[in-house]
Amino acid sequence: MEHAHHVEHPDMYDEESSKIGMWLFIFTELLLFGALFVVYAVYRYMNPDAFHLAAEELNRMIGAINTIILLISSMTIAMSTTALRKGHRKLAIALVSITFLIGLAFLVNKYFEWGVKFSHGIWPGSEHMLNEMSQGEILFFGLYFVMTGLHALHIIIGMAIMVFAIRGLINGKVQIDRPSLLDNCGLYWHLVDLIWIFLFPLFYLIH
Amino acid sequence: MQTSSAVNGANYLTYQGKYKGLLGWIFSTDHKRIGLLYMYSIATMFATGLLLGLAMKFELLAPGKTIMEAQTYNATFTVHGVIMIFMVVVPGLPAVFGNLMLPLMIGAKDVAFPKLNLLSWWLYVTGVFLVLAALLFGPGAPDTGWTFYAPYSFKTGTNLLPAVFGAFVLGFSSILTGLNFLVTIHRLRCPGLKWTKLPLFVWTLYGTAWIQLLATPVVGITLVLVALERVFGVGIFDPALGGDPILYQHLFWIYSHPAVYIMILPAMGAISEIIPTFAQKHIFGYKAIIASTMAIAFVGYLVWGHHMFTAGMSGTAQYYFSLLTFIVAIPSAIKVFNWISTLYKGAINVQTPFYWAISFIFVFMVGGLSGLVLGALATDVHVHDTAFVVGHFHYIVFGGTGFAFFAAMHYWFPKIFGRMYDKSWANIGWLVFTIGFLALYTPMFYLGIMGMPRRYYDYLEEFHGGNILSTFGSWVLATGFVIIVVNLIRSARKGEPAEKNPWHSKTLEWTVSSPPPVLNFDEEPVIGENDGPYNYK
Ligand code: HEM
Ligand SMILES: [Cu+2]
Repeated sequence: MEHAHHVEHPDMYDEESSKIGMWLFIFTELLLFGALFVVYAVYRYMNPDAFHLAAEELNRMIGAINTIILLISSMTIAMSTTALRKGHRKLAIALVSITFLIGLAFLVNKYFEWGVKFSHGIWPGSEHMLNEMSQGEILFFGLYFVMTGLHALHIIIGMAIMVFAIRGLINGKVQIDRPSLLDNCGLYWHLVDLIWIFLFPLFYLIH
Repeated sequence: MQTSSAVNGANYLTYQGKYKGLLGWIFSTDHKRIGLLYMYSIATMFATGLLLGLAMKFELLAPGKTIMEAQTYNATFTVHGVIMIFMVVVPGLPAVFGNLMLPLMIGAKDVAFPKLNLLSWWLYVTGVFLVLAALLFGPGAPDTGWTFYAPYSFKTGTNLLPAVFGAFVLGFSSILTGLNFLVTIHRLRCPGLKWTKLPLFVWTLYGTAWIQLLATPVVGITLVLVALERVFGVGIFDPALGGDPILYQHLFWIYSHPAVYIMILPAMGAISEIIPTFAQKHIFGYKAIIASTMAIAFVGYLVWGHHMFTAGMSGTAQYYFSLLTFIVAIPSAIKVFNWISTLYKGAINVQTPFYWAISFIFVFMVGGLSGLVLGALATDVHVHDTAFVVGHFHYIVFGGTGFAFFAAMHYWFPKIFGRMYDKSWANIGWLVFTIGFLALYTPMFYLGIMGMPRRYYDYLEEFHGGNILSTFGSWVLATGFVIIVVNLIRSARKGEPAEKNPWHSKTLEWTVSSPPPVLNFDEEPVIGENDGPYNYK
């Protein structure tokens, strides 16, 4: 059918729509973590001493480094969107790639951090936890692994979006007048960063 | 008269895009095709759930074992519940009629994100298969009830993991549909279509989409926690490790109460289209209906505790939840008054969709009023976890959403397929179905008050009479369902060609040819100052 061609794909690209869509999605992510923060609050309230004790186990140094790392990555991704707006496509690609690498560094840190926990016999359901820890401590570490794990998963998703953004920048699907994918990639990354900004004090700092 | 695309024969059913045949459907990003995909998938799942319901009713035909053991019964009501809730009534009207009609009703070419829309359907199908996998593989079908209550959900030996994961994926699909609709309604209304001129079905989709967006993530993470509990034993809901199973119930119902409004709001919206059309009168209290829609959407978040009155909560919390439950009933009642007032002095054109709409109002009222019995503290303690609850939620969820679904089906059918169904068979189907429905669920109120518990495959001899009537009703209802479906399938293929606007409605979807052209409108419609969705003279 000859008009089939123009029929299949009405191009619905609309910058404003993409932006609203992304914000709404971020909203759902906040609620997802929000529920976990509520659970955390409830159990912290019920087991203040055990939470205090368990938090001592965490390595604040690594936590702090990861926090700084993520803050820097938020800056680089923000710079990439600005670069695109100004028409510096190559620079934008470089900045997203840097952000990607920083994300990777975060994950490596996380890997070592969890590794240390495992080597101390701390993981959900481990003998050590079941035999030697109080219920409050078990809950603390249960939440710690769930929340930082879920956050790490979001880091990975964010990095996957970066791959798409870079590809789009290279093949021209993402351009100065079609920046939505990169913008949304940045928004999402800020969200991932922001969640960490809450996780860090809740697990590592509060006493 | 005919639009140009209709002239060269390509409507959305017949055109051929990039792919041929079935692929042209399952990879189509056309909102109308996606709507039909949902319609077929949901109808299949409904039929499956119906068969499981019939099996349970057959088991309850007589005390003692009739056709299945206790464990099979447990699995049957669990899978029935999971299918009917997560795969039928939650996606139900938005995914089918929202997809088919929303862009048409607001004068748009498609939804805001067509590809995301297709992804939603794929996720839906994935969720369905995950849940089905739980049945076919592994150590037996889940038996926890559709609520997956802790701690049983991570203690049971049955194959719960894929079911929970499937429910999670279905939730994700629902979120994406909601997100898509929100953006669509904000961005793609045609010129002149102000918020105060939106058809009420669109308004209810809007309210629904907000609930989908705000409530579903909470149940999503809760299900993830159950899965993690099962696999790793993180302890969050496990009392043996310090966790609190009641917290699970809170998190579950924080979603699942608002979810009942995901099910019912679009149903109300469809009824609000049908009533004025068949009364040929402006809807009574347009703004009141919008306000009550949004009120339901938001107050609906604050009442979840009424599912847990007997689970252990403070007296203060009980009073608060009970009071709010009564308050959230008010906007629903307002809508009923609006529909009735619309009919007053209307020139009523009695047709199949109208019968469905009127019976919707009836079963919805019975369901709603019996809900107040459950929302009141003293009476809830008496009927909690009895057949009364089963009667109540089938009246409201199946009666509400199901009847509205059939109403919408018979209302938009000529638009969707371009053909009219056989009206007398449609009416017979409705009558048989409705009689079956009443016979099936009404005895449950009585049985529950007399003390028959829910979720048991067996009962005392004194409950026999009511159960016979109920089981008999299930057969009548199934017969009605078959009549309806056969009639619709036959008519979709061989029915009389339908006019553009057979019911003389005023909303935009009726201004295009039937079935609609691929891109909906040849020219973008413009709404004038004096036009409106209900401006009957
Ligand atoms: C859209 C329609 C329907 C919905 C949404 C629905 C939903 C549900 C839900 C959520 C449950 C509770 C499962 C549990 O306890 O975990 C349930 C139970 C049940 N449903 Fe349905 N259902 C529908 C249609 C039907 C039909 C058509 C039948 C009968 C033919 C039926 C018969 C039953 C029975 C017998 C039970 C079990 C009662 C018990 O022993 O506790 N339902 N349904
Ligand atoms: Cu509720």
